[in-house]
Amino acid sequence: MTTPNTTRTAGVTNPTGAARPEGAEPGPRTGGSGASHGPLRRLLGAQPLGLGLSLPYILFLATVMAYPLGYAVYISFFDYVFTAPGMDMDHPFVGLENYRIALTDPRVLQSFGNIAVFLVINVPLTVILSMVFASALNSVTRWAAAFRVAFYVPYVTASVSLIGVWMLLFSQDGLVNTILGPLAPEPSWLVNDALAMPSIALFVTWKQLGFYILLFLAALQNVPGELYESASTDGAGILQRFRHITVPGLRATTMLVLILSIITGANLFTEPYLLTSGGGPDGASTSPVLMIYQKGIQQGNPDVASAIGVMLVILVGVLSLASTRLTKER
Amino acid sequence: MRTRTPARIMLYVLLALAAVAFVFPFYFMIVGALQEDPTTTPAGMFPIGGWTLENFALIDERVPLLRALLNSVVFTLGVLLGTLTFGLCAGYALSRLHWRGRGVLFVVMLGVQMVPFQLLMIPLYVQVAGSYGLGDTFAGMILPFLINTTAVFIFRQFFLALPEEMFEAARIDGAGELRVLWSIAIPLVRPAVATVTLITFIGPWNEFLWPFLITKDATMQPLAVALANYISNIAQTVANPNGAILAGACALALPVVLLFCLFQKYFTASDIGAGVKG
Repeated sequence: MTTPNTTRTAGVTNPTGAARPEGAEPGPRTGGSGASHGPLRRLLGAQPLGLGLSLPYILFLATVMAYPLGYAVYISFFDYVFTAPGMDMDHPFVGLENYRIALTDPRVLQSFGNIAVFLVINVPLTVILSMVFASALNSVTRWAAAFRVAFYVPYVTASVSLIGVWMLLFSQDGLVNTILGPLAPEPSWLVNDALAMPSIALFVTWKQLGFYILLFLAALQNVPGELYESASTDGAGILQRFRHITVPGLRATTMLVLILSIITGANLFTEPYLLTSGGGPDGASTSPVLMIYQKGIQQGNPDVASAIGVMLVILVGVLSLASTRLTKER
Repeated sequence: MRTRTPARIMLYVLLALAAVAFVFPFYFMIVGALQEDPTTTPAGMFPIGGWTLENFALIDERVPLLRALLNSVVFTLGVLLGTLTFGLCAGYALSRLHWRGRGVLFVVMLGVQMVPFQLLMIPLYVQVAGSYGLGDTFAGMILPFLINTTAVFIFRQFFLALPEEMFEAARIDGAGELRVLWSIAIPLVRPAVATVTLITFIGPWNEFLWPFLITKDATMQPLAVALANYISNIAQTVANPNGAILAGACALALPVVLLFCLFQKYFTASDIGAGVKG
């Protein structure tokens, strides 16, 4: 497999080489002394092939990230409707009108309120549980691999699969209610307007926790073991060591986990769409992304949907910034 | 070793309880999928009879199971191929080659990690389904995931860790950069290829929202979308849908879970952490 094979090398070259003919020809001059390419080298750097190799990725970022990002912001300021391909329609500038429509829609406001409920439950639970489980995993030697696999498995599994299971577990006559008996909530978890969103928050916490445990486990490798040993000698108990060594040692990762769990929460769509059949009951579990889908694609108002998207991103930015400050000052 | 015995036992009890909470739904899924009439009583969790494969036939009647699995495979392999080919090239260029724009690209990549897909959903849908006419095609499904930025980070990280002398030696021997990349650099980062394959596989295989938007034709839908449609629309009209839902859930979950269990040693914290943190 490692034997040089010209045809295969050419195959790798092709997509990039087409765009940059100089780079397509493998030869020592691209990496070596390129005296004859003086001006070119000054313009593109010592190894212009790098640009050629990165070109597909650069094009990808431009077409799939940068352009749609700009377009989303653009649409949000115009009166925009979907048109058949080839049809030209006027898209008059309407300023903040789409934002006004979104902000005066009680369903949209409700969806932002729901996401607040979600974050209040999901984010602290995620941070605390993943930190505790990672530290616990880090200090056991037996069965460590088996425990790790158990924690990661929900994370690698499709939401749709697990939602199918949770629907049966938490339905009216599901296993959870059978076990709870008279203690079961009425109406049941997913159709109860006070419990629907917390149920979703718990599902997402459970599903994603393995990923955050993984991040904390990586960070724990960098906390010096001598710290624990000297603390033990000084008579610190397990809780004291956790509080004074583990928690401060994991500060940078805690910040990352906070931000990532906020972003994940803001992106919530599949769970309200499936687990509570479209954000029910009565909108109690709609999410902003579900609103973007409903407004933009079901009701054909991509302009209002884009305005919701822009507001959501600004909100995530503000929350991420706030959590950065919070973890720094502590 | 560091903690005293009672604390140590507590630790194992805590971990074991948590592990059960994490694995139990999978047990429920598999047992239920193989039962004639999956019940939701504690006793029903340990069935002694009534084993059947009927549920898989039932779900196959409602959603074309094999076709949907095939769609998932094509979608996932397309993303994997794109990410490995272009990601290795970009990762190598970003770590080992000096060219103008390298710094800018790296900064852009860090920024990209912050852009939520959901903001791009509407314009991407307009572009891909409208302007490019790629609705109900694999190309339209694959395009937004073609190159995974986290994978580029991981490749860059691994290439950076290789000693410069190996590259120098190859160049002195007259190898061109592409030859160096193909014959020296890529074989040395095989663990990175395994890690990236694993994490990239998870994405499109489990992805719901984008293929759900872009495929209206049932014969083009990946299994996650087909199963979701079954759960939200068809299940209500069927007498006993639970077994079929669980059978579909198994079909969607098992390939990734098996792949993960086989290659879990490549699912390592430091590599993925490096990718996420940049």
